[in-house]
Amino acid sequence: MKKRWYDYLWIASVLYLLLGFVNILFAWLGLLCFFIPLLISLIGGTKGYCNRYCGRGQLFGLLGGRFGLSRKKDIPGWMKSKAFRYGFLVFFFAMFFLMLWNTYLVFAGARDLREVVTLLWTFRLAWNWAYHGTLFHPGVAQFAFGFYSVMLTSTILGLVTMVLFKPRSWCVYCPMGTMTQLICKMKDPTRP
Amino acid sequence: MNTGTKRRRAVVDQTACVACGCCVKACPLQAIEIVRGVTARVNEEKCVGCGRCARECPASVIGIREVEA
Ligand code: SF4
Ligand code: SF4
Ligand code: SF4
Repeated sequence: MKKRWYDYLWIASVLYLLLGFVNILFAWLGLLCFFIPLLISLIGGTKGYCNRYCGRGQLFGLLGGRFGLSRKKDIPGWMKSKAFRYGFLVFFFAMFFLMLWNTYLVFAGARDLREVVTLLWTFRLAWNWAYHGTLFHPGVAQFAFGFYSVMLTSTILGLVTMVLFKPRSWCVYCPMGTMTQLICKMKDPTRP
Repeated sequence: MNTGTKRRRAVVDQTACVACGCCVKACPLQAIEIVRGVTARVNEEKCVGCGRCARECPASVIGIREVEA
């Protein structure tokens, strides 16, 4: 099939991850992968973001498919169950709001900026080399560290399930994918 | 018309489909599409049952079945 410009958005995803090593403030750009899918599903009622524009999905497809970094086995049944998918969505958002709360504390001056990236909600990695001060409030940087943690964590989970199962296994339990499908289901005029 | 011959077709378990669209990209005949962001749907006329979509589907919810032609 003919390649379109949006088939190369995986490059943007790779760049995003690399930029986080250079200057953490670039992490703010990640909000695009948050609002664009939501808007497409809320306004258009489709999963157009997943189906076309998501560079992360493309990246897993490429690494697991073309580069063969995947066992291409079936994902276990429980991982595609509604309970797990919705449960992971709730967990992910709970962690997200915790991150927002921590950002708020820095904005409110109740806590100092922590120059760390937290992987898998557990492991804190010093990340001070990607922070060179900001013209803005330190809270702006705190959000960047927090958001980048979310993005890196989901990339790692996605890579692990890419290797173990099919290349795009992440798409089965990706919170954005689950949430946009949920929105589409609620908007579906033919919903039973 | 029932000719008595059997043809192979892709069948999607629509309750388990996550509407990611990987199958759409894999199909060489544009015989599968995502309907309103909810689930994938196979076009019975176009599908030849090659199974590419099934191999690609990350949730493995596509089966290739024999149906009456
Ligand atoms: S499910 Fe997630 S990773 Fe997969 S295409 Fe959709 S937004 Fe991208
Ligand atoms: S690849 Fe599988 S889960 Fe994704 S839309 Fe197609 S049938 Fe559904
Ligand atoms: S079986 Fe082949 S022709 Fe049919 S929908 Fe899947 S990829 Fe397309």
